[in-house]
Amino acid sequence: MESRATRIGLRVWAALVLAFLYIPIVVICLYAFNKSNVQSWPIAGLTTKWFSPALHNGDMQQALFLSLKAAALATLIALLLGSAASFGVHRFRFFGREAISFLLVLPIALPGIITGMALNSYFTFWKFNFGLWTIVIGHATFCVVVVYNNVVARLRRVPGSLTEASMDLGADGFQTFRHVTFPSISTALVSGGLLAFALSFDEVIVTTFTAGANNTLPIWIFGQIRLGQQLPQVNVVVFMILAVTIIPVALAQRLTSESGILRTE
Amino acid sequence: MTKSSWALALVVAVGLAFPAAGVSAQRGGTLNMIAWEGYTQPQWVKPFEKNTGCTVHAKYAGSSDEMVTLMRSGGGNQYDMVSASGDASLRLIYGKDVQAIDPNKIPDYKNFGPAFKAPPNNTIGGKHYGLSLQWGPNTLLYNTKLVKPAPTSWAAIYSPKYKGKVTVPDNPIQIADAALYLMKTQPSLGIKDPYELNSSQFTATINLLKKQKPLIKKYWALASDEIDLFKNGDAVIGASWPYQTNTLIAAKAPVKDLVPKEGATGWLDTWMVSAHTKNLDCAYKWLSWISTPKVQAEQAVYFGETPVNSKACPFMNKLAKGSCATYHANAPLKYFKQIHFWKTPIANCGNGKNDCMDYTKWQQAWTQLKG
Amino acid sequence: MAAGLDAAEGVKRDRPGARRRLGGALWRRPWLKGLSLLSPPVLAFTLVYVAALVALFISAFWTVNPFTSELIHHWTLDNFRTLWDEPAYRTVAIRTISIAAAVTITDALIAFPFAYYMARVASRRTRGFLFVLVLLPLWASYLARVYAWRLILNSDGLLNWSLHKLGLPPANIAYSNTAMWIVFSYIWLPFMILPVYAALERIPHSYIEASRDLGARGGRTLRTVILPLALPGVVAGSIFTFSLTLGDYITPVLIGGASSQFIGNVVYDSVNQSSNLPFGAAFAVVPVVVMGAYLMIARRLGAFEAL
Repeated sequence: MESRATRIGLRVWAALVLAFLYIPIVVICLYAFNKSNVQSWPIAGLTTKWFSPALHNGDMQQALFLSLKAAALATLIALLLGSAASFGVHRFRFFGREAISFLLVLPIALPGIITGMALNSYFTFWKFNFGLWTIVIGHATFCVVVVYNNVVARLRRVPGSLTEASMDLGADGFQTFRHVTFPSISTALVSGGLLAFALSFDEVIVTTFTAGANNTLPIWIFGQIRLGQQLPQVNVVVFMILAVTIIPVALAQRLTSESGILRTE
Repeated sequence: MTKSSWALALVVAVGLAFPAAGVSAQRGGTLNMIAWEGYTQPQWVKPFEKNTGCTVHAKYAGSSDEMVTLMRSGGGNQYDMVSASGDASLRLIYGKDVQAIDPNKIPDYKNFGPAFKAPPNNTIGGKHYGLSLQWGPNTLLYNTKLVKPAPTSWAAIYSPKYKGKVTVPDNPIQIADAALYLMKTQPSLGIKDPYELNSSQFTATINLLKKQKPLIKKYWALASDEIDLFKNGDAVIGASWPYQTNTLIAAKAPVKDLVPKEGATGWLDTWMVSAHTKNLDCAYKWLSWISTPKVQAEQAVYFGETPVNSKACPFMNKLAKGSCATYHANAPLKYFKQIHFWKTPIANCGNGKNDCMDYTKWQQAWTQLKG
Repeated sequence: MAAGLDAAEGVKRDRPGARRRLGGALWRRPWLKGLSLLSPPVLAFTLVYVAALVALFISAFWTVNPFTSELIHHWTLDNFRTLWDEPAYRTVAIRTISIAAAVTITDALIAFPFAYYMARVASRRTRGFLFVLVLLPLWASYLARVYAWRLILNSDGLLNWSLHKLGLPPANIAYSNTAMWIVFSYIWLPFMILPVYAALERIPHSYIEASRDLGARGGRTLRTVILPLALPGVVAGSIFTFSLTLGDYITPVLIGGASSQFIGNVVYDSVNQSSNLPFGAAFAVVPVVVMGAYLMIARRLGAFEAL
């Protein structure tokens, strides 16, 4: 075990890191109550006058719905393609196996602006209409690898003997998948899917190039930052989103930690 | 099923349900507009939407370059209208991105000042490619408490007195501002038009900007950048639009702006309609609405610019006493001629030779200047 | 086989259902199973993503008509020549890579003790709590968080106000490369903590005990046992922090000063201001090459298993 001094030191460090992580979040939430529409320190005064206009803002609502739709669809695609790819890579040894891992990591490893530019030109060339599906495709590129990594990591830790035992007991491939394999990777899917959803929901660089004239929530936020007239509305929206997402994130964490076999990252 | 499978199924079900939800019904059409910050405020957009049933979505752009690119993006069919300044309008016309309109369909067109009915930046060969909107100068903005004595010349942003607290726009067209300063202070260079610079004039201008660079705290790209810089003490003097001045004064910041003695560059904006729009009806309704005297006055007072409708003056004075005179809305010609409106620099400067720097060189020089 | 035994024993069995037969066929032909699993993702990626990338980088060898922004399909190395000749672009590239490296090192140093605490010292309940706390900031918009840092780092902002209260001189770091370094380190920190935590959590306790049994004290165990085992996690996290910083252009616009252009800004301006896609694509080759080299080193260090 680590010495007592080390443990105290680590505890202090953890507290400092948490403070570092959360000071800007506290600032955001505090300035949702800013009296002035221009941000400056110290705060000009406290008021709740921004809450109602922000939540009833039609542009914001449309942007929020578009973001949610795009994130849900991108996550779904990522779950399907990512887990298929991870099974394929994990179970079979073949020439070009590493190339697939490399290929899937590219969207995260390459700057988002390159993905954005490339997809934009590509869609324009094939005369695709910019809208929900172009946004989803853009997001799916990097969501797939998030799910893929989580599932592959889990598959490495699940003993292959389980599958064989299931087959020995008379289950066919599909039954084995449903009763044995799927439950053992389900928590990896949940945590991968949740991270993919978060990344897609907050993505702005690729989306700027693939959304056309449509606004997702981050694009709406950037427009408000440009304008500088209703900034506290942005703070209100972020504050509400944080308040709402604490529950699913905490829930997902509880679910994935009680999996029984081994946890995910 | 296990707990985790239920959770997964719930996520998937929610995900599939969303595409069905959230599609709002639109009565009229939707106008996707590219606009300068402050050009589509709810004060005049909400009544428009209520009266006509058309919905307005604004995408803000901070420079004419951005507007041209946005207008051309996705094959040119993403946006319906754009509030283009003079240095974007010709590019859009020649790029066939905008369509000709019939100004006689706009009731208030007859009330426009004569200089704005068919200006060269939106009327080619008698065809009108848009409707003039508003115009104004790029101003010198300064902090009244920290900049003493009050500046009267653009020299204030080129002198080391306020080193590290100066800000200018992040826009290649800013080179023209420096050229304008040289035009008045170094006549030996022979600059006649800040947008027509031959090689030696261009080099001299870039050198001035290079000397200015150590003084700059930040090249502002977003209007809110400059507002934050002034409000939070990071800049005390800089080149600006009246929009920032008005917002800062409303937020109780001690600032003032002016047009210095050398004159200023400025903009003359046109609402243009995309060649590929599917909402021509709503577009014409917007053009009619935005040129009525009351709305012209609202926008002029809000942003700090001058309306093209000669009947807007009394409305302006009702909104803000004396604003008609402040923005020279009723004595336009002398003041108007002092402003060097934005236009796209091209190689052919009209002196028979083709040796002026074209805009690509301006853009490259600007990127390399920032470094 | 089952059929033969049954026949020998005189047991009649129904022919297995279609699903079982399909499952059996796939089991006997693993290559078919692999192919059907892998072809959707690989095809999707190749036909959409890779094709788009290839088209983009081909256009780096073309030029564009400045007035109409149409691509001119005329092969030339002009874009690359401009990039090479003008020192400004080299400055921008070096600045971007240096700050990305600084951010990566900073995040690794900050994340490691924190992840160690989470993985090996904290109780199970605390661990779950900390996990949620690390993930939650990812749901507060990136833009809002960067904008909040402006408020903190401004001349009259929270930082200088606090320093003033402590009697210290004000820090003049608003709109500077230092400010960008701080903000980037802040934003990508969760992406470094998670893989490092995963790697540390995987180290079996028996390794630590064995090391102690062999006589090594805390520091030596850390250096010779824990760090090498955690390294793939650190490198995996560094892929995120390095590449995300390398390609970003929003933070330089919001937080940067007069000399803070990143590669992403030059590329973005080329495409969105100058409508010069070929030039932007040409400059975009730089981060691709850098990341390609980085990924190869990362693979060597085992990061791909720890992502």
